Amino acid sequence: KVTVSGLSTFCSHRGHDIHFHDKKIALLEAGPRKECDHVPDSYSNRVSSISPGSATLLSSFGAWDHVCSLRLKPFRRMQVWDACSEAMIVFEKDDLDDMGYIVENDVIMSALTKQLDAVADRVEVFYRSRAVGYTWPLPSHSCDTSPWVQIELADGRRLQTKLLIGADGHNSVVRKEAEIKNIEHRYDQSAVVATLHLSEATDNNVAWQRFLPTGPIALLPLSDTASSLVWSTSHEHASELLGMDEESFVDSINSAFWSNVNHSDFIDTAGAMFRSAISLLKPSGTAVRQLPPSVAKVDPGSRAMFPLGMGHATEYVQHRVALIGDAAHRVHPLAGQGVNLGFGDIACLAHHLSAAAFNGSDLGSLKHLLKFETERQRHNVSLIAAVDVLKRLYSTRLAPLVLLRTWGLQATNALPPVKVRISL
Amino acid sequence: MRGTLQNYNWKIQLKSGSTLPVSKTEIKSSVLTVKRLFSTSHSSVDSKEMKKFQLLAHKWWDEEGEYSALHSMNDIRVPFIRDTLLNMSSNYHLGNPLSGVKILDVGCGGGLLSEPLGRLGASVTGIDPLEDNIRTADQHKSFDPVLAKRIQYKSSSLEEIVEESMETFDVIVASEVVEHVADLEMFIKCCSRVLKPEGSLFITTINKTQLSYVLGIVVAEKIMGIVPEGTHEWEKFVPPEELERLLESNGFSVKTVNGMLYNPLSGSWSWMESTSVNYAMHAVKSGARGQSSPTDALSESESEQPSATAGTAV
Repeated sequence: KVTVSGLSTFCSHRGHDIHFHDKKIALLEAGPRKECDHVPDSYSNRVSSISPGSATLLSSFGAWDHVCSLRLKPFRRMQVWDACSEAMIVFEKDDLDDMGYIVENDVIMSALTKQLDAVADRVEVFYRSRAVGYTWPLPSHSCDTSPWVQIELADGRRLQTKLLIGADGHNSVVRKEAEIKNIEHRYDQSAVVATLHLSEATDNNVAWQRFLPTGPIALLPLSDTASSLVWSTSHEHASELLGMDEESFVDSINSAFWSNVNHSDFIDTAGAMFRSAISLLKPSGTAVRQLPPSVAKVDPGSRAMFPLGMGHATEYVQHRVALIGDAAHRVHPLAGQGVNLGFGDIACLAHHLSAAAFNGSDLGSLKHLLKFETERQRHNVSLIAAVDVLKRLYSTRLAPLVLLRTWGLQATNALPPVKVRISL
Repeated sequence: MRGTLQNYNWKIQLKSGSTLPVSKTEIKSSVLTVKRLFSTSHSSVDSKEMKKFQLLAHKWWDEEGEYSALHSMNDIRVPFIRDTLLNMSSNYHLGNPLSGVKILDVGCGGGLLSEPLGRLGASVTGIDPLEDNIRTADQHKSFDPVLAKRIQYKSSSLEEIVEESMETFDVIVASEVVEHVADLEMFIKCCSRVLKPEGSLFITTINKTQLSYVLGIVVAEKIMGIVPEGTHEWEKFVPPEELERLLESNGFSVKTVNGMLYNPLSGSWSWMESTSVNYAMHAVKSGARGQSSPTDALSESESEQPSATAGTAV
């Protein structure tokens, strides 16, 4: 038996794998069952940017079809620029394919719930359940006690499992109970989210992000007339934004995207020089800076804020335990990668467990779990570190650093291979 | 007759139509020869070997312990068995590739190989002459309700189960066993008896070469401690040519021979061209019954002996 605490994507996926045909999976979900056949008229303020790779994963077990039938918005281009200079970088695929998809979190949950129902004979979901105690197997194998993990639920039921997967978020209980050390750092920033209505309808297939000294502000397309806001800024400013009246809030957003108050002549000149140099060497290396659409209204009641932090577990696995998603790593939303890293974890863990099952191995055995850990840590650590560095680099007005990042961004924009790598 | 374990040295003498006078010692040895061929006492089990394994009977399931090399050998021997069997059959059961296959794991120890085969759907019978090994194996499988039903362990030698298990098994697995038995040919004959026609025999063992002495005994036992000291005796290692000869002359057809290599730094096994150290062999028992084979000729000449000696017995 395999038990997952938290994430339904994993169970949905595993339920469809042929090598898991006779294995039973239990999913412990703290929340209630969430499913709807149709979407409400208004948009939810919690959205995720889904990469094409993640979309492939979701479609491999039929969940992506449900997402498509509910609601999603593909985007083709991403423009990222600095508030302190003219530097900017544009991401887009040569063949003008979709770069990614903006999907409401509720839509994803609903699609997954539907797929879980399809494999109900192998995956048992315990909604509104909470584990209150874990008994870990002792390392020495010769004793009489069970070598499996015992879980006690709040309602008194007991489960035992060969492998416990912790997918219970950045405050993971599984991680704490397994005594896995977590390196964490609270940013002095909170993210403000809201659903916005644009002044006029547009194609709206571009994702916009501007780095302000206080933090990045991003506008993610939801439809031709609506976009989702993710504004990372200081705690004080975030509270201010939440408390403002609607008009002032909308003005702040427009000003954040359009105002050049943070520019300095020095940086502008230096930036312009560098740009001319690039255009000599690589004529196609500079692009025209576009301006994002202006915002007219905000959905009442859609404003919310939550604190931001960074985290990384020192180990992703132990004997009979594996951590995935935010339980293993937590990243700043500036790169829109948090949930995609989680999906990457799922694909990798599922692959290794499938191979282990086909070899007749005990699923909780550390040998293949370590392979998963090595593969994912190698991938995740560099990205998480890079995001952290970017966050710090862009949190300042200091001229030398602004110059560095201005030139750096301009150079990166001119180099196609580097750009392709970043856009994953 | 479990108590007596004796190291019999088998030399079956063929005396076809001899007219020479038969001496007393020759008579005695001939009589004993006949008795031993049909006796059911342990004949391929070596008591010295048993003592070695007795001390480690509790260590089987410590993946980092004395048996760690055997644990990691599963990474190549299980796929080898699984894929060979899948290639030979046309049925495939989703999630249970070995469903319906009856396997005998000879010298199963603590059940390190029986369990993965059971997880893949096979019905496994694991036998080992050492009771403590069987006890460890039984205890370990008891925690998993699926395995507890699929695997049966028995403290027994191969000879002891021959009578009740004639042509019962689809597959026999003898992994890291033949270098510990006293009489290899007897062992192979017994395998043949309990295997169904066209059944498969999988053997993994160690070659008898200078390289296997250096790597298998000196490095593995004395220097790096990969295997407890004294586990192996170079004299009892079996070259693949000899194993192949014994198999072919006892009704088997050898299909595959693959060299295996252990990397002590990574603790993992891999396949290699050369069989100079470890190797795996897959043989198939011939299908047609009533084919005359050396074994038939053997029993014929022996059955003549009692009548020849009875007349001159003192």
